[in-house]
Amino acid sequence: MAANTQAQAIKESSMLKQKAMIAANYDALTSTAETGRKVASTFVPGNLNELIMCFDMLNNLPEINAINNGMRKKSGALIMDAEKRGHSEDVCTYVKADLGMMSKGNVAPNGKAMPAPDLLLLSYTGCFTFMKWFELLRHEYGCETVMLQVPYEGDGQITRNMRDYVVKQLKDVVIPAFERVSGVKFDIDRLREYLKQSAEAEDNLVWVLESAKHVRSPIDAYFGGVYYIGPIFTAFRGTTEAVDYYRILRGEIEQRIAAGQGPITPEGDMPEENFRLVVEGPPNWTSFREFWKMFYDEGAVVVASTYTKVGGVYDQGFRHDPEHPLESLADYCLGCYTNRNLPQRVDLLCKYVDEYQADGVLINSIKSCNSFSAGQLLMMREIETRTGKPGAFIETDLVDPRYFSAANVKNRLESYFQMIEQRRKAGSAAA
Amino acid sequence: MKCFVGIDLGSTTTKAVVMDEQGSVLGRGITNSRSNYDTASRVSKMEAFVATRLTLFRRGLEDIPGLAEQLEELLGSLERNFRLELFLEQLQDLEQTCRENGRDLRFASRHKAIAAALEDIFAQLRDKLAGLFTPGIRRKSDFFRDLAGAEYMHVAEQVAKDSEVDYETLLNLYDKSIIQVENRPPSENLDDKFLNALERALHEGRAFGVADEEVLQPVRDALLVDLDETYVVGTGYGRVRLPFPKEHIRSEILCHGLGAHLMYPRTRTVLDIGGQDTKGIQVDADGIVVNFQMNDRCAAGCGRYLGYIADEMKLGLHELGPMAMQASKTVRINSTCTVFAGAELRDRLALGEKREDIMAGLHRAIILRAMSIISRSGGVTDQFTFTGGVAKNEAAVKELKKLVRENYGEVTININPESIYTGALGAAEFARRAAAEA
Repeated sequence: MAANTQAQAIKESSMLKQKAMIAANYDALTSTAETGRKVASTFVPGNLNELIMCFDMLNNLPEINAINNGMRKKSGALIMDAEKRGHSEDVCTYVKADLGMMSKGNVAPNGKAMPAPDLLLLSYTGCFTFMKWFELLRHEYGCETVMLQVPYEGDGQITRNMRDYVVKQLKDVVIPAFERVSGVKFDIDRLREYLKQSAEAEDNLVWVLESAKHVRSPIDAYFGGVYYIGPIFTAFRGTTEAVDYYRILRGEIEQRIAAGQGPITPEGDMPEENFRLVVEGPPNWTSFREFWKMFYDEGAVVVASTYTKVGGVYDQGFRHDPEHPLESLADYCLGCYTNRNLPQRVDLLCKYVDEYQADGVLINSIKSCNSFSAGQLLMMREIETRTGKPGAFIETDLVDPRYFSAANVKNRLESYFQMIEQRRKAGSAAA
Repeated sequence: MKCFVGIDLGSTTTKAVVMDEQGSVLGRGITNSRSNYDTASRVSKMEAFVATRLTLFRRGLEDIPGLAEQLEELLGSLERNFRLELFLEQLQDLEQTCRENGRDLRFASRHKAIAAALEDIFAQLRDKLAGLFTPGIRRKSDFFRDLAGAEYMHVAEQVAKDSEVDYETLLNLYDKSIIQVENRPPSENLDDKFLNALERALHEGRAFGVADEEVLQPVRDALLVDLDETYVVGTGYGRVRLPFPKEHIRSEILCHGLGAHLMYPRTRTVLDIGGQDTKGIQVDADGIVVNFQMNDRCAAGCGRYLGYIADEMKLGLHELGPMAMQASKTVRINSTCTVFAGAELRDRLALGEKREDIMAGLHRAIILRAMSIISRSGGVTDQFTFTGGVAKNEAAVKELKKLVRENYGEVTININPESIYTGALGAAEFARRAAAEA
């Protein structure tokens, strides 16, 4: 089976739709010279897509460009190029892939040049590197830059003050900057309309993610999950296309459940479910398929992941709220996974292990992302103690192919799977 | 009899362990991994079955009255002569292969001269190398390539002086041939070799004070025992290359954990420093792995680091530990990156530091890195078992003991002389359990 399906991965209609949506957005971005549309660059955590749309502007996400280049095996050369120009080996590889892309003509996947942004919107400050990244871009483009300071949930909660502070910045700084750059007056009712669509799509996304609670999960909530979060985390939240996408996706998953099917993989349906895992940390993008294969070949399904919450923790109840538009945008920025403190992350992971009946938590620690990686080993120990389930730790990188050692990762994964199996056997022998 | 085999395909050596139904180790075998894992696994397995036969001989000969005191000597002599038989067979194979390769069209004008040179070389080799197997001689290595290679080059250099064939051609022939010989499956018929070896052992020198037949019969009986490979489990870096179905392959981390548990049942923490990786493993009271950490991506601070340093200093690997033990102080080496450490080494030498003191620093650097991996896996819990090739290095062990005491207090540290077989032992036990479950 593997030999003839590898080349041609199976595509469902949701996948085709998402592909078309992404292509259309890149086409819109690369034709601003003709259309005259303005572009805002921003990040996935704290992505204010609905607000950007209120000003008829396009949303460009440098992180997504880096991921795209990673998956298309182009990031290695881009990173080397950035290093050649003086960026150290230890710097975030998303940043270097982006800077390398710029120096190579900023070519989008459609082969056309990306436009210079008209506005840099830094709407999430939990990652300090984001700030430096945009500082470098501001230096390059000399365009208007807005910083929305989002307080970190250091004490594990969003306070009234924190929310008010973000809302005040939206009103006093962010919206005026958008009006200035776009020449479009802010209309809060337009925002409400978008947020209504966001919430509808979010409901269906949550339904899809939670379908993994079925034992014999119909989805993989990490490798498949990164596709499912695609539209909502990027330039489509608040659009009718996203609403349609999630409706189609939900329908597909409903069918999978009815047919008793497991997750779909690039080589077809997963025939068996041997291990149910919760994964913490972003995936490796440069060897994404190879990495995924190490899981599905062993019948390992990821039933919940935290990476699919970096652009919003919807499964814990948050929805964009048309009744409280600016407040809900503030809550969104404050609540995304990367803005949560270590005890909150531990709580969420423990909850996932329990609710999704997982065998344990696997951490993919990212070499070049200190923001995500700091404290992960301590988190693992705590989760192991609290859940009584074994954890495991692997180390890769986001988009630097030099930091993906397949033999090493495979060795650790197989050891982990066999460890779970051995403990199961010991457990059943003792029972 | 039912035999359970564990094979550990490491980056440097391949190890095999044969176990019986009760879980007793019958034999161990080791070979260099080469680039051919199939052959390495076959050779190590054959070696382990040879050792198994020797165990059976021992069992058969143990009760012969009057032999008890000389049993070890007889068995030692038997094994030595058996190795000689094997060695001569391989040497003959090498000669034949060299001759065939010498008939290559490239050498068309020199066929006769090459044949004559090879004849000369191999006559000398047979003579000199057989001496390696006389009583009391310590061989530098047990691997055919090491033993035959050094001598071949030495003899060929001399022969080339008086021949029309130049040294490079003779060296080329050797290089090409040794790979073919090494990768050829060993001949399966070992019984005759055992019996020939026994004949030689009995008449080599001193008399054993028992009638030949009294010894021969138990050996023949032991040879009649059918050694059935009931279940084989493979592990180690090369495991995916083993021609086994998936369920016969286990992760080396699990195998090391279980192997250490079998050697020392009270083991809770295992440190394994192998050729290309360092593993810190925590096991429970049943030898089940609870946690593990290993080096990521690069092999800094592993066995290969010492190999590289040895090369840099023009020393043998086994000379590093003893040299470091002579140190009067420990020079600080910051880098466990193999390449950077080479630079630091030269830098320290240039500054006039003594080689012994630098060596002590390098050993400390390795162990410091291992300590970091152990602490990430959950620290050291009594008892602590140290395995892998580096466990044979006294300077590394000394440094480890010191650092474990400083960081974790008094802990029992186990180092088994057979620790290189830990992974294979665990694999054999997995094989035994799998067969029992089936």
